[in-house]
Amino acid sequence: MSNITGGQISANLAENFQEIFKGMTKTEAIVEANRCLYCYDAPCITACPTGIQIPKFIKKIASGNLKGSAKAILESNPIGASCARVCPTEELCEGACVLNNVSKPIAIGNLQRYATDWAMKQKEQLFEAGTQNGKKVAIIGSGPAGLSAARELSRLGYKVTIFEAEKEAGGLGRYGIVSFRLPKEVVEWEVQQIEQMGVEIKTNTRVGVDISAQQLIDQYDRVVLAIGMGKVPNLGIEGEQFNGVYDAIEFIKSTKTSPLTESVVGKKVAVIGAGNTAIDAATTALRLGASNVQILYRRTRNEMTAYQFEYDFAKQDGVEFRWLTAPTRIVGNANGEVVGLECIKMELGEAGLDGRQKPVPVDGSEFIIDLDIVIKAIGQSRYTELIEAFELNHTRGVVEVDKETLKTSQEKVYACGDVIFGYGQGDAMVVSAAEQGKEVAKAIHQSFKLISAS
Amino acid sequence: MADLSINLAGIKSPNPFWLASAPPTNSGYQVQRAFEAGWGGAVWKTLGDPILNVSSRFAAVNFNGQRVAGFNNIELITDRPLEINLKEIYETKKRFPNHAIIASLMVEPKQEKWHEIVKRVEDIGVDGLELNFGCPHGMAERGMGSASGQVPELVEKQTYWVKEAAKTPVIVKLTPNITDITATAEAAVRGGADAISMINTINSLAGVDLDTWNTIPHVAGKGAHGGYCGPAVKPIALNMVGECARNPHINVPISGIGGISNWKDAAEFLLMGATGVQICTAAMHHGFSIVEDMIDGLSNYLDEKGIASVMDLVGKSVPKYSDWGDLDLNYKIVARINNDVCINCNKCHISCEDTSHQCIDMLVDDNGKPFLKVREEDCVGCNLCSIVCPVDGAIDMVEVKQPLPSMTWNQRQATIQKFLVDRVAK
Repeated sequence: MSNITGGQISANLAENFQEIFKGMTKTEAIVEANRCLYCYDAPCITACPTGIQIPKFIKKIASGNLKGSAKAILESNPIGASCARVCPTEELCEGACVLNNVSKPIAIGNLQRYATDWAMKQKEQLFEAGTQNGKKVAIIGSGPAGLSAARELSRLGYKVTIFEAEKEAGGLGRYGIVSFRLPKEVVEWEVQQIEQMGVEIKTNTRVGVDISAQQLIDQYDRVVLAIGMGKVPNLGIEGEQFNGVYDAIEFIKSTKTSPLTESVVGKKVAVIGAGNTAIDAATTALRLGASNVQILYRRTRNEMTAYQFEYDFAKQDGVEFRWLTAPTRIVGNANGEVVGLECIKMELGEAGLDGRQKPVPVDGSEFIIDLDIVIKAIGQSRYTELIEAFELNHTRGVVEVDKETLKTSQEKVYACGDVIFGYGQGDAMVVSAAEQGKEVAKAIHQSFKLISAS
Repeated sequence: MADLSINLAGIKSPNPFWLASAPPTNSGYQVQRAFEAGWGGAVWKTLGDPILNVSSRFAAVNFNGQRVAGFNNIELITDRPLEINLKEIYETKKRFPNHAIIASLMVEPKQEKWHEIVKRVEDIGVDGLELNFGCPHGMAERGMGSASGQVPELVEKQTYWVKEAAKTPVIVKLTPNITDITATAEAAVRGGADAISMINTINSLAGVDLDTWNTIPHVAGKGAHGGYCGPAVKPIALNMVGECARNPHINVPISGIGGISNWKDAAEFLLMGATGVQICTAAMHHGFSIVEDMIDGLSNYLDEKGIASVMDLVGKSVPKYSDWGDLDLNYKIVARINNDVCINCNKCHISCEDTSHQCIDMLVDDNGKPFLKVREEDCVGCNLCSIVCPVDGAIDMVEVKQPLPSMTWNQRQATIQKFLVDRVAK
């Protein structure tokens, strides 16, 4: 993933949303696979949150056993095709590669993509459901965590039903990550692999509206909450009601759900925030034809949560970064349209509870940027209402779970993915959500074994 | 999933992958680790009268940055007492009753010596015996290993002696350090061998150090030839297996050995007539876990081909392996360059121009763009250009249908002969 290069922006918008990296050629893959040392007790495996047996899958590419390679990947990570594209590999497997200090690390992400792309083309079903054990599990949410839990539970013999509020399954990967990094077809294939195991996915079904929390608890032996996070919250400043203020997630989602429009062409855009989604929103805006896109961040480059490769990519695409800049007011015209953004310069003060220095406004430093569009990317809100419908203990929407079993305060309810991320708990990466899905499946299975043993 | 189990002259194993008699099978600890990793069988490191080994034993040949293209060793047979080896064989067999354990044996070429070791080894319980007539270094200087393996009479006689005493299947392991391996293979069959295995290592010197002028490896400044193995020897081994497999006098199963590094290599040996394979260098390079992909890759291959049992693969290419005189003189292939795929490195041109048949032209199109083109009428179909081409799909070797019917050299000579005889008769 990390070797995507930005800056190739076309006037034909559709081209801008084609996947940027086309994948390795066979020659590249074989040369690279043969470069892998096949380390024993390899550090790349430890560095992968899902523990993919990386040397094993690479050896299989080298030997021409592509089916075996794809299975080795997906065995450990049910959404291994998505992760091959979105994982921050230099911080994970590739960062741990022993060749970092000798030559250059093995392109593990791209090799993973090569093997899973091969599997996608075959259209073969790679895993089968286990013998039915008579137990039913409801999973709420079909994002990375939910899909992963579903695949593993299905292999263990559980009858799994996923409840998905959206029209299509796939969650963040399907709607929240830009097409030029993760095309929807990849997620669709992963969903299909899981559906073909007999997992039922009820889309357009919102728990709490179409079916109640209590009904799920009553009708299923276990419930897995994998609902992720919600909309981007309000900035809490004046003018958020103006036309031209967008939620970054919704903004990205629109490019994956409906035909691309010319509505951003020639517009001046500011993205508030400097996380992964901010980068995706900013590059999306440029690729939709914006004439200028700035990322405004109240701290500095050192504190931003976007990965280095995302930052590099955004710079290549032409995104401007304004550090130590916080919005104070959105300026609109008489027609209710955004025309500018008032900002204030910040400086870093004392370190906060999270160890990061807190930004403090510099008095009198206000200035106005001329703008047409403001995109909010300051994190996501929580589905607190639904969490409370299950009567789960939580801290401002971050569901409390047992570290080992991912069980919530409710006996039958488990949680994984972004819904448990925060306040030092969990991890925000897609690959971590996949691992948590596996852990939940294991813990649920263990809970029944304990019952049958007692 | 296809059935990978094999039966080689009565020796059964869950898959065709055995560890060859070599350092990896030196002890019970190692063989048990190998079986845990999935190996189907192991040929225990050669038993005999314990020997002394030297320090600095292995060397490898690296090729263009790839390690262990070839591997060279001067280690001898087991240096551990026979009783210890036998005890460990017993323990290993007890833990893994369904895995094949074959004892490799080497003693002086004397009847009573062979009878004695065969009895002691079989009493402990092994699935078969492999006679080491192949080791080319050290032991050969003492009249054992390849020294006896190069003499068909000695192969036949010693095999016969072993068969007098043996109750389990006897595999005779052959040395490639001989002009025609079928001579010793036939001798083994005459002596009553139940199977043959090949190849043992090839006489070799891995290299010379350009600073010290020492051999690689050297022992206190002196070197001696070793035995060569690893990926580089595969074509030599594959030919020898094929030659034996297609020889009507050699009608015993073959255990294929020599440079097998992955499931594809193994499948080639099976197709060329081996019933199973033995592996060493690849395991020494990467550890026992490599067998996992050998099993998985072979299994996926068989499934993809719709073949139910690996035994159905054995020998399928043997009828396609013949003599030069049986090749069709009227078959013609030519090189075709796909200019869309070609990266213009011009390696095909220069290899053809300098070292083959001068039929690839470097041209420039109307837009000034260079391209390569084969003059097909001058192309002899040697394959060199496609061999040196670094890009898949840039050069295809395609058949050009000929107006003349198939004719081999042998048919041609026979026709000429008949014509001459007829003319004389007229």
